[in-house]
Amino acid sequence: MNDIAIRVEDLGKLYRIGTAPERYKTLRDSIVGVVNAPIKRLRRGFSPAPARTESNTIWALRNISFEVHQGQVLGIVGRNGAGKSTLLKILSRVTEPTEGSAEIHGRVGSLLEVGTGFHPELTGRENIYLNGAILGMKRLEIDRKFDEIVAFSEVEQFIDTPVKRYSSGMYLRLAFAVAAHLEPEILVVDEVLAVGDAEFQRKCMGKMSDVAQAGRTILFVSHNMSAVMRLTEETIVLDKGHMVYRAPTPQAVDYYMAAGFTGAGERIWTSAEIHAEAAPFTPIALRLRDRNGRVADTLRSIEPFTIEIEYNLDQSITGLRVGIYLLTMRGEYVFTSFDLDDPTQFEQLGVRPVGHYISRCTIPANTLNEGRYVLAVNASSFRIKRYFWDDHSLAFTMDATGAPGKQWPEPRMGAVRPALEWVIDRL
Amino acid sequence: MAADELSNSRSDVTFLRPTRGLAALNLRDLWVYRELVLFMTWRDILVRYKQTVLGAAWAVIQPVVQMVVFTLIFSNAAGLSSEGVPYPIFNFAALLPWGLFSKAMNDAGRSLVTNRNMITKIYFPRLTIPVASVLAGLLDFAISFVVFIVIILYYNFSPNSTYIYKITPALLTFPLFIILALIATLGVSLWLSAMNVIYRDVGHILPFLTQMWFFLTPIVYSASQVSNKWQIMYALNPLTGVVEGFRWCLLGIHGLPWQVSAISSGVAVLLLITGLVYFRNMERTFADEI
Repeated sequence: MNDIAIRVEDLGKLYRIGTAPERYKTLRDSIVGVVNAPIKRLRRGFSPAPARTESNTIWALRNISFEVHQGQVLGIVGRNGAGKSTLLKILSRVTEPTEGSAEIHGRVGSLLEVGTGFHPELTGRENIYLNGAILGMKRLEIDRKFDEIVAFSEVEQFIDTPVKRYSSGMYLRLAFAVAAHLEPEILVVDEVLAVGDAEFQRKCMGKMSDVAQAGRTILFVSHNMSAVMRLTEETIVLDKGHMVYRAPTPQAVDYYMAAGFTGAGERIWTSAEIHAEAAPFTPIALRLRDRNGRVADTLRSIEPFTIEIEYNLDQSITGLRVGIYLLTMRGEYVFTSFDLDDPTQFEQLGVRPVGHYISRCTIPANTLNEGRYVLAVNASSFRIKRYFWDDHSLAFTMDATGAPGKQWPEPRMGAVRPALEWVIDRL
Repeated sequence: MAADELSNSRSDVTFLRPTRGLAALNLRDLWVYRELVLFMTWRDILVRYKQTVLGAAWAVIQPVVQMVVFTLIFSNAAGLSSEGVPYPIFNFAALLPWGLFSKAMNDAGRSLVTNRNMITKIYFPRLTIPVASVLAGLLDFAISFVVFIVIILYYNFSPNSTYIYKITPALLTFPLFIILALIATLGVSLWLSAMNVIYRDVGHILPFLTQMWFFLTPIVYSASQVSNKWQIMYALNPLTGVVEGFRWCLLGIHGLPWQVSAISSGVAVLLLITGLVYFRNMERTFADEI
């Protein structure tokens, strides 16, 4: 049947990254840069499409072709910078493709970022109308849905209060409520579920399921694999701007979580993978070492092992903390830990000077259950700046041979497998 | 293919592909989103005087204070002629369109950059942003106009005034000059707002562009004081035609200088058309460049 909702052919998007190497590092550079900038601009001329050379451009997306049927819920997964957001931006008409074409049947509503266009000085009521209009709703349509939107957002009492006085939770609920009541034929969703409390997330997921059940087409981008698994039947995997895999969601998620880890037990970041914003923090490597100090991809559950992050600081950073997130293959967090979690160390290392570092921690024996796990890395100054973030750095396997309860050859539920001391009293 | 079209007859099909060459003006888009234009205008108006003590009174205070200052400097001190009309009235008739123009030029010039988070997140015709900024200025314009009427009444009825306001048939053409003012304002605003996306220099140029433009427009002085050989050059400033037109139809002084008005109107229309074309062509890269 010919019920195509989206047809994408050979889509590509080229970005200029010319500005990145020109970033000013010193005062002298700044002065030279300021003097040269107008000349460069003039040389570039006033044409909207300056001559592009390979060196200062990057294909954020290339050779992407796929079709989505009406009513289908398609997941899109990929690491940071894989091109997911660029793809959604093109499909929602925010930006133009550089090559190829796309055909969209019906109105596209995007939840790329909820609350876009909210004005802090306006009241909740005013913002509902404004935001609705920006999202493409007619005034009558907003009138009709107004009560429903307010009820969904649970901010009835504050509907005539400027949204700048809202808590971030209220703000988010209102913003999502407006977007969720837009009734497009195609809904594009990017990471909206990454924010808000658990109750709110549950509500959002419910709304998304309703939309899916109503037979509308959804493109769903998320790092949360369990959300992707729950909502979508089919998923495409993007990597470095290319579509590398398309399959029913369970296979695609397995492929994604396992793919691309050649250096077993070790992840070395190449300069291309490090965002310019990471400076002065330069990540070098993430390694897993077994009890004997060998780099290993498979670790034994009954032995302790070490996780180390190697990095350079080109300038001292105040309040820097480097840490890891441990996730299951389904994308659920097992724990988070930072190298300055200990208050004494935190006091001592308020400013981390220039240098070459390794932050290392040991995972005690009998912590993790058998299975595959993923490590994510985060280097940030709390509430100031996130220097570096790689949500999918390294995958590894835990082997539970000899672990507590292994006398019964059955898989155990849960991500942790502690050795607990049981006392059996006979009364 | 026919079946394909049939099954989708209800919904619009959008084709996304790189555009090459001159972009189509596609003003229909603006019409489809006309409600958004109104909402954005309404937002700009609501937000303008939020959290100010005097609120909308600013729309009265600003031009009145300007007029008083100009009267003291240019009429009392410099002794510039005002063609037989009390200087405050002569000056205020020009401040009406100038206020609309200068405010809109500054607001609209920065409007795209101010709304960057919307531009990089969702699609809607980008034209709505500067158009709304310009339209929002109409409320201040209306308030100033009421002030203008009050000033005229004051001069007519205060006991020792010799000034009598004459209503002439020319007053009927007033809406035409408001439209001309809007055309010139919108044309300049489109150019500046689109340029500001790529060249932030525009933000730095705006203050003295405004100042220079102010003195190149017959606001504190009369256009008749410009020497004859410069009149044609002078008319290339679209605001010259607008201000002269305002004075002609509101105050009934001097005949309408047809030549100046025609040249100014032509320049204004040209600015609007080229502004639209430039804006449309730059629009494709707004989300990437801003």
